[in-house]
Amino acid sequence: MASHYEAPIRRPLVTGEKSYHDVTVDVARPVEGKANRAWWIVFSIALVAFLWGIGCIIYTVSTGIGVWGLNKTVNWAWDITNFVWWVGIGHAGTLISAVLLLFRQKWRMAINRSAEAMTIFAVFQAGLFPIIHMGRPWLAYWVLPIPNQFGSLWVNFNSPLLWDVFAISTYLSVSLVFWWTGLLPDFAMLRDRAVRPFQKKIYALVSFGWSGRAKDWQRFEEVSLVLAGLATPLVLSVHTIVSFDFATSIVPGWHTTIFPPYFVAGAIFSGFAMVNTLLIIMRKVCNLEDYITVQHIELMNIVIMLTGSIVGVAYITELFIAWYSGVEYEQFAFLNRATGPYWWAYWCMMSFNVFSPQFMWFKKLRTSIMFSFFISIVVNIGMWFERFVIIVTSLHRDYLPSSWTMFSPTFVDIGIFIGTIGFFFVLFLLYARTFPVIAQAEIKTILKSSGERYKRIRENGETLAGTGADSRTSNFKIPEETTASKPLQDTTEKLGNLLEGVGRFDASIQKADDLKVINGIGPKMEDVLNNIGIFTYAQVSKMTKREYDLLDEITGSFPGRAERDDWSGQAKNLINN
Amino acid sequence: MEASKVIHAIYTDDDVLMSAVKTVKAEKYHIEDVFTPFPVHGLDKAMGLAPTRLAITAFLYGAVGLAVATVMMNYIMIQDWPQDIGGKPSFSFLENMPAFVPIMFELTVFFSAHLMVITFYMRSKIWPFKKAENPDPRTTDDHFLMEIAVHNNEESLTNLLKDTGAVEINIVNKDEDAH
Repeated sequence: MASHYEAPIRRPLVTGEKSYHDVTVDVARPVEGKANRAWWIVFSIALVAFLWGIGCIIYTVSTGIGVWGLNKTVNWAWDITNFVWWVGIGHAGTLISAVLLLFRQKWRMAINRSAEAMTIFAVFQAGLFPIIHMGRPWLAYWVLPIPNQFGSLWVNFNSPLLWDVFAISTYLSVSLVFWWTGLLPDFAMLRDRAVRPFQKKIYALVSFGWSGRAKDWQRFEEVSLVLAGLATPLVLSVHTIVSFDFATSIVPGWHTTIFPPYFVAGAIFSGFAMVNTLLIIMRKVCNLEDYITVQHIELMNIVIMLTGSIVGVAYITELFIAWYSGVEYEQFAFLNRATGPYWWAYWCMMSFNVFSPQFMWFKKLRTSIMFSFFISIVVNIGMWFERFVIIVTSLHRDYLPSSWTMFSPTFVDIGIFIGTIGFFFVLFLLYARTFPVIAQAEIKTILKSSGERYKRIRENGETLAGTGADSRTSNFKIPEETTASKPLQDTTEKLGNLLEGVGRFDASIQKADDLKVINGIGPKMEDVLNNIGIFTYAQVSKMTKREYDLLDEITGSFPGRAERDDWSGQAKNLINN
Repeated sequence: MEASKVIHAIYTDDDVLMSAVKTVKAEKYHIEDVFTPFPVHGLDKAMGLAPTRLAITAFLYGAVGLAVATVMMNYIMIQDWPQDIGGKPSFSFLENMPAFVPIMFELTVFFSAHLMVITFYMRSKIWPFKKAENPDPRTTDDHFLMEIAVHNNEESLTNLLKDTGAVEINIVNKDEDAH
């Protein structure tokens, strides 16, 4: 028998009294329910920003890149800053799903799905910038090595910009495949729960007909492991190659060998900050606090602290090496960053990226949700400034003082950046309403070892065998016998059976609850329940599959509704809150 | 062809399922398939499934990707149109190879990952518009279903499965739902 042992000192990763069925219900709830007002408000804002960005992109492409704030000295600015910023954010997803899988970190399971979604959406935004920058985006396919009508005119494989094309497209496509393969069993779960034919069709399509055979699972786990092994060096290579865009040039401030590890640490740093920003909101909105616990946030904060410190060491090393090298151009570049006209950007970067994560040494601060959210925003801003500082301050005062100048963005620069943020949130918000945001199949594999309920059962010295059963989804029955021997019952007898299961309501000592609060019970259903004799959450919470079936027989309306909406689970939550 | 009968035993717990699989195997019955909502570790071994060879294919596909990258860049940069870029003429593959390492690596990963996943989809017969084949929708929630072929031994098999803790035992004519 499989051992579900886990050291008692480890805190549970799934809190609350969760069974396998609870995990299903909790993950399916945001998808099956209706969007609330807050979702629509945020979605509308994001959509407006996205449309504004599209407008700015159309203006840029139709007029030319002259509409940006670039000049002959600073010929690379926000476009590449935003590109590197988005690619960096896109690093956390694969890091969480691949590197943490190789290290067997179970806490990744609650957050990997959303982190991967974030990765893919962020890489979309990143990819936009080089394509717009081409000026004629419909010729973007010219970056591919395809035979053409110009004779032997090939792309230059010595150029880091071309390496970037290969790195980013490999990263995007492999991440997408990794993400979708992991989604198949969870889409299958939604498919098998769906009641409306349209939903059923869509989830049947996207789940690729996943059936969950033992052989499929064996292959699934092998594929996940190998993909993790491939994605780990891949994710490190991507930002390494992005840093080559700068490091292979001979511009002071860019031409440094420390760039690859420094960029990778920075990417993980900013990626985790964005994961924290998104998940702190999502766990609240989707009621996933039992899965994405404070412990998860704390662990992410520790990663932020560690990578933030690595980035800090890199900043200081750069300064030291500039001084130690004795190269006066290099020395000037760094002196100019810290004390020149862009000093404010440099000190924003320093304080946001190096100083602010140091608060995470204090347990009180790194377990505070509000503080974590605040720091995650600060880090996101700081990492944008890092790229801005590296790019603009290295360019604006070049070898020829007569061409020294400053950069100021136009409304188009700003509009495109805002537009990508809008696009990113549009995608993420749609994802949160239609995708299983937690890898529920994976969570179920660790439920017996890391779930609070099962940990308690194990610590009491009881066996875990059989504890996966849930009275709401199944009763012990051997159908041939039960259907044959089942006596015909009249309604009063059924009512008696029903009330026996949930307990009788005594008006003299108990108070009736507002059953309409339970999702799926309207005023009409409440009347029906009251007529039967069910008035309280306590009674509803005791309903099992047997009671649901009896209720369906008595009312004859909405068969299966109570089970699907999980009235009993909802009532349990209402009692506890 | 005669309709083949199978028995579907449904369980609600992974540990109960595991011991049931072991019991059924010990009694020398052939388990056609087990449908589970999540990977139950050790189930493939208990069922006697052969280990998967997908990792080996990934290695081979990776080697193909590396070869493609090498041949492509050798042809484009060295054979077809050698150039002197930044004072570094590209007349020999070995001397220019360091600049090709990033793309050799990326294409190795690209081929390995995508072809392995495609192989997985083909072997497990999963693709868009494929119809799901799990016999009970609850097997993606919290139920586990074991399918065993019946050969005039319904009675003994049912009794055995009942003892292993199955909560539901159904006998199904498999060809009926094959239309």
